[in-house]
Amino acid sequence: MAKLKLAVYWTAACGGCDMAMLDMGERVLELDRVADIVLWPLVADFKYSDVRQMEDNAIDICLLHGAVRNEENRQMAELLRQKSRVLVALGSCACFGGIPGLANFFDRQEIFTWVYLESQSTDNAGGVCPQTSARVPEGELTLPEFFDTVLTLDQVVDVDYYIPGCPPTTEMLWQAIQTLTGDQLPPKGTVFAGSKTLCDRCTRQKEGKSITGFRRLAAVDIDLQRCFLEQGIVCCGPATRSGCGGRCLRANMPCRGCFGPTEHVRDQGARLVGAIAAMIASDHREEIEKISHLLPVPDDPAATFYRFSLPHSLLKRKRKENAS
Amino acid sequence: MPERIGVYVCHCGSNIAATVDVRQVVEQAAKWDSVVVARDYKYMCSAPGRELVIKDIRELNLTGVVVASCSPRMHEAMFRGVLEEAGLNGYLLEIANIREQCAWVSLPGAGATAKAVALTRAAVKKARLNQPIWEREIPVNQATLVVGGGIAGIQAALQVANAGYLVYLVEREPYIGGHMAQFDKTFITLDCATCILTPKLAGVERHPNIRLMTCSEVVQVDGYVGNFRVRVKTSPRYIHEASCTGCGACERACVLWDSIPAEFDEGLGRRGAVYVPFPQAVPLKARVDGKNCLYLTTGNCRRTCVTACQRGAIDFDQKETVSEIAVGSIIIATGFDVFDPGVEPRWGYGRYENVITGMQFERMSNASGPTLGKILLADGTEPRRVAVVHCVGSRSKKYHRHCSRVCCLSSLKFAHLVREKTGAEVFEFYTDLNIFGKQYDEFYHRVREEGVHFIRARGTEVTEIDGQLAVCAEDVELGVYREIPVDMVILNTALIPRHDAEKVSRLFGISRSSDGFFMESHMKLDPVTTFMNGIYLAGCCQSPKDIPDSVAQGAAAAAQALSVIARGKVSLSPVTARVTEELCSGCRICLRTCPFQAISFDQAAGTAEINEAVCKGCGCCSAACPAGAIDITHYGTGQLLAQIEGVCGNEDKD
Repeated sequence: MAKLKLAVYWTAACGGCDMAMLDMGERVLELDRVADIVLWPLVADFKYSDVRQMEDNAIDICLLHGAVRNEENRQMAELLRQKSRVLVALGSCACFGGIPGLANFFDRQEIFTWVYLESQSTDNAGGVCPQTSARVPEGELTLPEFFDTVLTLDQVVDVDYYIPGCPPTTEMLWQAIQTLTGDQLPPKGTVFAGSKTLCDRCTRQKEGKSITGFRRLAAVDIDLQRCFLEQGIVCCGPATRSGCGGRCLRANMPCRGCFGPTEHVRDQGARLVGAIAAMIASDHREEIEKISHLLPVPDDPAATFYRFSLPHSLLKRKRKENAS
Repeated sequence: MPERIGVYVCHCGSNIAATVDVRQVVEQAAKWDSVVVARDYKYMCSAPGRELVIKDIRELNLTGVVVASCSPRMHEAMFRGVLEEAGLNGYLLEIANIREQCAWVSLPGAGATAKAVALTRAAVKKARLNQPIWEREIPVNQATLVVGGGIAGIQAALQVANAGYLVYLVEREPYIGGHMAQFDKTFITLDCATCILTPKLAGVERHPNIRLMTCSEVVQVDGYVGNFRVRVKTSPRYIHEASCTGCGACERACVLWDSIPAEFDEGLGRRGAVYVPFPQAVPLKARVDGKNCLYLTTGNCRRTCVTACQRGAIDFDQKETVSEIAVGSIIIATGFDVFDPGVEPRWGYGRYENVITGMQFERMSNASGPTLGKILLADGTEPRRVAVVHCVGSRSKKYHRHCSRVCCLSSLKFAHLVREKTGAEVFEFYTDLNIFGKQYDEFYHRVREEGVHFIRARGTEVTEIDGQLAVCAEDVELGVYREIPVDMVILNTALIPRHDAEKVSRLFGISRSSDGFFMESHMKLDPVTTFMNGIYLAGCCQSPKDIPDSVAQGAAAAAQALSVIARGKVSLSPVTARVTEELCSGCRICLRTCPFQAISFDQAAGTAEINEAVCKGCGCCSAACPAGAIDITHYGTGQLLAQIEGVCGNEDKD
């Protein structure tokens, strides 16, 4: 059998998913036995022109990690879609927008103003902000356009499979690669993770969700056996897809939600807000407000509940002031 | 199979058509995906309107129907029937409320029409996703619970019991009869209230189908129409009811005899710590007042009552009991409280001893009352001039906006009784005379001819001028300020919701209207039912009313309960929550969100489980489920999102 052609590419991402690939260890060599790597900026030098010269569908499997943040990301996503038989959204950024997606609580102008003008570490006497084109004596310089809104991969191109996680676990990654390089491809849209939420796999004791106060993890002596939420510690597990193997939970850290919502949920953050509101053990408005104010995230509840999934959610971004 | 939807836009006469361009809604709707026919009609709910739908369903093979008309509360059930008649499942109907939610609250013009289009589009989008579902039928428990033993509750209880079915009549007081038992004469017939009430009281006591529970309150209600489970707390009487004959020997022997203000006599008379409420009380049994009894409060008493009782009926060891009963229907007849005029100094109540309330006058005038029926001032003499003040606490922006409906007539009755018993001059200080019942106007003229003075008054104030009690007011008709010296003032106080109406409404899950009384399903056409299936209202707990109206409503509530019994089964809405077990991770967040205790946790499966018979489809659990594992039938997340998209005008994106 001819070797498969594999591409790995990143857009707006931290590179953690690449690290997860490398974390597979010797299995990378096994991967090499079944597939030729035709693009992987982390490990080898390829040029965009190399990709452009390929025939359509020349790549068998493309693992793309990262959100779509600018015009270059979009063009590469479109190019790789065109050149790939199977396009996989790898990691939380590609699947849901991930951490870069939190920028959707701001717009381009706000981000530029802070990053290039106002932040204390900035020295930009000329007040220059990124522009798509600038004239210099040598000619015209161009930059890809920085989008107002961070997008998920599937908001830009058609995506075949999803491997969530920040980063995905190496076990899961290896399993997905084995499946994708095997004879039988799973149904389109398959998410390489569990179908239920993390609570299904969590072994902590659950008695009943009734919260009289929220607490910071660092401020309490936690019961290592008991459900975090039942101790008043915000855990995103109930609204987060399982499949991570509970690596945070095993380290006594509550879930932060990187595997995104389950199949039937469009908005992980809204689900979490609804679920946590339902846990507050009071029917009296004032008492509820008192308890809610004890949430350990008073300044940033949005980023707590939408940490990895804002662009994917119904909310998608902060409302634009001039929106009709 | 592609969906084939018919859209029917109602003019509702001019109710909708005067504000919304109905033709334009139809033209827009005709362009939408899956819409195969769009029509308008002047009255969709009329027979020709309904025929239109039936004909189209049959001829065009419609798979769904959208009626853009009034609130689904009005005609949804009827239009479901129309679909069924044409062979479609009733739940393939979707109503777009373009009357209450659009025409009635919008100014005529393009905006109103655009809104009607948006609401209709939302309904079409949802209709595409509607699935046929079926109601389930379950058998009903034939017993009925009546809460409150006033005249309305008594009438309801007797009516159901006479039809041959078991009734539990729960009464908080140690006796039944309610306020009516306290009255002297009733307007307009001037019948003795007790005389006409006693046969009904006796009827209740002797009825083989009535289980009377006095000193009792409902503390918990579970279940649903046809199958309620109710917990009733009974406070101890400290009397063996079977042994007590109500002779009153214990009361006369009580060391506190004649020292505690008697509630039944509105504080005008006094009683002992053990007492029989009144001579015709049903049940005619003594009761020990646990709050005042020396033995029960301090443990130190000679217990003269125990010695006096020849039948050994007194038992200080009785404890509070809680019993659980199962019933199919509940009739709430918890009555009213009377406004306390002491809250405002201008009425002089509590400041001047000869200022009394209407209820106190009833007791004074009653032959078994504290003065044995004589109208007397505090010094024991008869008054020569008496004022009756109307609307005390009623029709007031400060206290209660509502009219108490009975006070005009009872004030006329007071005047008549005072004239008859003492010959005193009587002044009626009224704001308006709201006299509307059968033969009421004739009674008014009769009293007027008896020489009673009528003063249409504003700013009525009770005061003392040089030691003389007087009523001051602006006489609106004469346009002068008047000070009328009187010996006695009767304040005809408002009938107001019970102090614990809020608690009771929560207990039974019923609503209250803005005046605080319990709310009926429809003010005109459904004045007896509530929004809780199987729970009905009777008497003044719904709104102040006179005795004939209370009796009529009691009977009407009984008819509602009997119709449930007669059918033998109730239909349960198929709109309930469902758990998708493949998605439920057993986090248990939903458990405490259910107001009906319909969710339990299946330990073996590790998932939540919903009792569909108890579930009301309210959606709390669905909103709380972080995994999206709970959906409401007919209101699934996809259906709701489709509606939202429809309202937002996003026709292209499905």
